[in-house]
Amino acid sequence: MFAKIILPPATGLNNKTGSWRTKKRPKFLHKNCTGCRQCYLLCPEGCISGSKKEYNVDLDYCKGCGICVSVCPVNDIIMEEE
Amino acid sequence: MVDEKILFTAGHTACAGCGQALAARLVIDAAGKNTIVVNNTGCLEVFSTSYPYTSWRVPFIHSLFENAGAVAAGIESALNYLGIKDNINVIAQAGDGGFADIGLQAFSGLWERGHDVLTICYDNEAYMNTGIQRSGTTPTGTNTTTTPVGKNSVGNLRWKKSLIDIALAHKCVYVATASIHLPIDLQNKVKKALKMKGPKFIHILAICPLGWGSEPQDTIKIAEVAVETGFWPLVEYENGVLTKVRKYKELLPIEEYFKLQKRFSHLLKEENKHIVEMWKQKIKENVEKYNLLES
Amino acid sequence: MKEFLEGAVAIARTVANCKPAVISAYPITPQTHIVEELASLIANGKLKAEFINVESEHSAASCVLGASATGVRVYSSTSSQGLLLMAEVLFNAAGMRLPIVMCCVNRAVSAPINIWNDQQDIMTVRDAGLILLFAETIQEACDLHVQAFKIAEDQNIMLPCIVNIDGYILSHGYEPVEIPQQELVDKFLPPYNPLYKLDVNNPLTLGPLVGPEWYLETRYAIQETLNNEVKKKIVEVADEFTKIFGRKSYGLYEEYKTEDAETIFVTIGSIAGVIKEVVDELRQQNEKVGLLRIISYRPFPDEISKILLKSKRVIVLEKCISLGAKGPVFTDVVSSLYTQGINNGNKLPVVNNYICGLGGRDVSKEEIIEVYKDKEVFKFIGVKKENLGSYI
Repeated sequence: MFAKIILPPATGLNNKTGSWRTKKRPKFLHKNCTGCRQCYLLCPEGCISGSKKEYNVDLDYCKGCGICVSVCPVNDIIMEEE
Repeated sequence: MVDEKILFTAGHTACAGCGQALAARLVIDAAGKNTIVVNNTGCLEVFSTSYPYTSWRVPFIHSLFENAGAVAAGIESALNYLGIKDNINVIAQAGDGGFADIGLQAFSGLWERGHDVLTICYDNEAYMNTGIQRSGTTPTGTNTTTTPVGKNSVGNLRWKKSLIDIALAHKCVYVATASIHLPIDLQNKVKKALKMKGPKFIHILAICPLGWGSEPQDTIKIAEVAVETGFWPLVEYENGVLTKVRKYKELLPIEEYFKLQKRFSHLLKEENKHIVEMWKQKIKENVEKYNLLES
Repeated sequence: MKEFLEGAVAIARTVANCKPAVISAYPITPQTHIVEELASLIANGKLKAEFINVESEHSAASCVLGASATGVRVYSSTSSQGLLLMAEVLFNAAGMRLPIVMCCVNRAVSAPINIWNDQQDIMTVRDAGLILLFAETIQEACDLHVQAFKIAEDQNIMLPCIVNIDGYILSHGYEPVEIPQQELVDKFLPPYNPLYKLDVNNPLTLGPLVGPEWYLETRYAIQETLNNEVKKKIVEVADEFTKIFGRKSYGLYEEYKTEDAETIFVTIGSIAGVIKEVVDELRQQNEKVGLLRIISYRPFPDEISKILLKSKRVIVLEKCISLGAKGPVFTDVVSSLYTQGINNGNKLPVVNNYICGLGGRDVSKEEIIEVYKDKEVFKFIGVKKENLGSYI
């Protein structure tokens, strides 16, 4: 007899941590993006995706930490009210 | 948004702005899917594999607090026996508590025996998972719950245990420090390490907003300042020889680093100047040892 | 063909025939001869295995845990302090449902430091969810090792299994032994086919954090497995061993002259050999005496209660003590008699507990005969008054 002690891959995707946000969320303006990919690389959740000069955040997982806003070299991401 | 290529997925329960979560994702994405990850107990293991959720898309094993080094040695040996080690990376990782303190023996044995394993320490300078207690890598003057600042105490007394020196003493083939504010550099170091055979070590400063008393959105800035004050020099050793150092024209004053974190706010007071002098002395030693300033 | 061999050497050569892939151990008297012989066999090309010379027993157990999780057959060996240092890892392996076969060469526990035989060490991990088998002779130790791999690695079981042998008595003693032959081992023992493993083609997460809503069932599952699948498998495997190797293997316990016995000795390990001689002598004097030797201490065979309930008196002789209470084997026998005997009209035999042999103290036939004549409920055998009193 066994009990549940092992997990299949990536079941974490069922945990929608976007519900953690209370006040603010990032908004991608898509105006000045240079495609540097700093937002995509530096998100601790890894929930920013896209290509070329268009990136977006998956609000299902975004915890609203604001790192993407602080690292964007052209201020193309802002925090707005939920 | 279910990207099959991401090997450390969202949905983990790290604090918003966690430097360790970011580092872990960068590491495994650089290592690729043919990687087995062994993790000691700590923040990373708890927030990424809390039943029924796991963020890992590679084979992952967590055993105990202090044995990732030994479990990884067993895995590497099994892969050798099966004749498949050449195509599979083994990464053994831990926080500073699990690496420099309770787990040091097992990592020491792993390094000494020369197993082909990449070992990584995510250093957030305290036992964060259990609530911010000091560890062997907590720097002097740090406010933690077991070295609290008070009338009779200025925080932690001892300086950081030098894991880089310990790894070099064990003749690790690749030894490097990395920072999350330079993600491509971090990933390049992981890839370079994995191309070399033998025991390897990468020491990553993991900014912890909760434990350090900093703003989540400042995580990358703090990592940058840590490096640019000379406190966390970015260096690479290959086969025991210092081969790369990231140099700067000038270094930021260490007060810029303290300003961003509540755990150091008492160090900005006049009466604690002697602690700040000690930090400056340590940084001066880094400058001299690594030639941090561009001439 | 029998050879006159040291116990440790016989065990090592038997384990080599079982073809473990990864062996990891740390030196500790009196188990070291086992791993030295294994290292020698590898060095001389007689065994192909990875031998990891670790820096402590905690790492030895962790290495074999990692290798087992990677899907290969593993082996380790330890005693006393080493076993205690491994304790955390053994609980961990059982909870993670990973098979690890080991030999524990039973030795007394510090302090004071003492390298001679008693069974205290293994008792510290009796709660961990391990399969604990006890050998009486070197031959049986070899035979149990071969069976241990088959039991532990069964896809319905997947638990660590430790074969216990009395330190020095069986590890350093010499006996004419037949090493289970390679061809018969190959016939009896299939290669390890793990239920799950660390595999880049099927990336599983092992060892997650499990909260109150999930943890209880993991313990329940091990309990059910030990009491059902493991007990069945031990009996099945013993029968199969007997058929293939032509040598009797007893399964959960061995009965010696218990059929009409009014007094039954119960014990574990090599001291059973001495007790069998005592039983023979007492039988010569028309005493209705027998011995029940427990081989599988975990899972504890409640089946023995059926036999013991027919007697008037049970004498539990053991080389271990739960300080502040009674002997562990006695405690398990009594609780088994009670739970099994509830439907017996509550007619339970008298059960006496004798603690002997601690720290390698010799136990003679005469002392055991004294015990038979004695009527104490609980007693240490052979306490020397001159050793007691002041600390210095």
